[in-house]
Amino acid sequence: MTNEALQNLINSWITDLEFSEEESQFLNITVTPEHLHQLMSDLKSNKETSFDYLFCLSGVDWQPELGVVYHLESTTHRHSIVVKVKTADRENPVFDSVCDIWKTAEFHEREVYDFFGIKFNNHPNLKRLFLTDEWEGFPLRKDYEDEINMVIK
Amino acid sequence: METTLVKSNFKSEEYFINMGPQHPATHGVLRLLLTIDGEIIKKVEPDLGYIHRSIEKMCERDSYQQIVHLTDRMDYLSSHINNEAVCLTVENALQLELPDRVKVIRTILSELTRIASHCLWWGVMGMDVGALTTYFYGFRDREMINDIFEETCGARLTMNYNIPGGLMFDIHPNFVQRTKDFIAHFKTKLPEYDTLLTGNVIFQKRTKGVGVLSKEDAISFGASGPVGRGSGYSCDVRKHHPYSAYDRVTFNEALKTEGDTFARYQVRIQEMWEAMSIIEQLIDNIPEGEHKVATNAVIKLPKGEYYQKVETARGELGVYIISTGTKNPYRLKFRSPGFSNLSLLNHIAVGGKIGDLVASMATLDLVIPDIDR
Repeated sequence: MTNEALQNLINSWITDLEFSEEESQFLNITVTPEHLHQLMSDLKSNKETSFDYLFCLSGVDWQPELGVVYHLESTTHRHSIVVKVKTADRENPVFDSVCDIWKTAEFHEREVYDFFGIKFNNHPNLKRLFLTDEWEGFPLRKDYEDEINMVIK
Repeated sequence: METTLVKSNFKSEEYFINMGPQHPATHGVLRLLLTIDGEIIKKVEPDLGYIHRSIEKMCERDSYQQIVHLTDRMDYLSSHINNEAVCLTVENALQLELPDRVKVIRTILSELTRIASHCLWWGVMGMDVGALTTYFYGFRDREMINDIFEETCGARLTMNYNIPGGLMFDIHPNFVQRTKDFIAHFKTKLPEYDTLLTGNVIFQKRTKGVGVLSKEDAISFGASGPVGRGSGYSCDVRKHHPYSAYDRVTFNEALKTEGDTFARYQVRIQEMWEAMSIIEQLIDNIPEGEHKVATNAVIKLPKGEYYQKVETARGELGVYIISTGTKNPYRLKFRSPGFSNLSLLNHIAVGGKIGDLVASMATLDLVIPDIDR
């Protein structure tokens, strides 16, 4: 499907989505945390979109917002899409987990939790993946400071 | 002699053992927490981070030329292809049109890297299941490729030959002849691999029907590379999103539908044949021209988001850059193939024996710095 057709179709499912194709090679959708799981579930199960391959899941610190970016591809239709979700709550950022939709998300979400401190509801095993349990802070956040280990230019 | 079955109140219970981080079959510093009942695996939980260097954080303070060097240290057996991934992202963002010469040389080197990586994998795969000779066969042939790299790139493992805008310098005058010599040599040696290991009954019993992964699960777990293709999932980035010179060569995507350890093994053997075919199509027709195009000394990407995927020897490597228009990326994410492939290890190992786990892990071909980044 073309980006335009995708936009029209997805727009008919859920309101208050933001679409953008600026400064990116993909169609970008920004969704509110409340609608994230519903949208993701539809994107995979709908026959016309069938985004069955989550090829990248990245945490991003946009300052002041924290968020997650999902890169999706359909292995049948070979079209791609990017879904973004953001929250301004830096103390306790929480989104719904998508690891019931794509199994690969389990590891990727643990990585995001480890480095950004973003929590995921309904995640089966949400704990630090790379760092030790007693590590303080979340290193990939922009306001993270570690005077001993970081070389600051 | 008649045997009597001893009936007792023998009770089995689950217990933990550690596999790694210094276990040779984990190919590096990977620690697996195994929950086992007797010798049956109930759960595999990887414990990562022993070699994590936070390359993504380092990238946020480095220039784009410097980032290329860091990628060598991820999947060090595909270092040339990792370099290429970052260079392609930067070049696409700057909308640089590369000379044909660069594209063709990059493709040849990528395929040589793939053969070298698969040779090493084949050697250690045999060793993991108890066949020591394979190691020497694999390293003998890989050595010839390393010599070619050494002459052209000046390095044997961490190449750093790609730079944003092309290649650091032109190929060595011996490059074409030595590559041809290698192909001629390897064509006689690759059938030996089959004679020695593929047809071996013990090897087949260790691998057939072991660690089965269905196509649906392969897609859901984000499997890529030979792991995905062993399950019949067509996921070759070179076919679906061609880059460099892959659109001007013909090759078959190695696919198997069984999804077991043996299928993944066969896919990699097939890929070595395909890689040789790709090199043969290009090696006589390297176009004349410049080996790089000029870029600014300080590269600044226009504001925006860029994603580039390439096919390394292990699968799909993605580079996701968010730029704010400065000389450093605002955020850079590496989607590494090993990370997603590792996530399915628990799924394919549960219910099998520890020996099966070693065999399945060998065909996932994990490189730990690629997972830990």
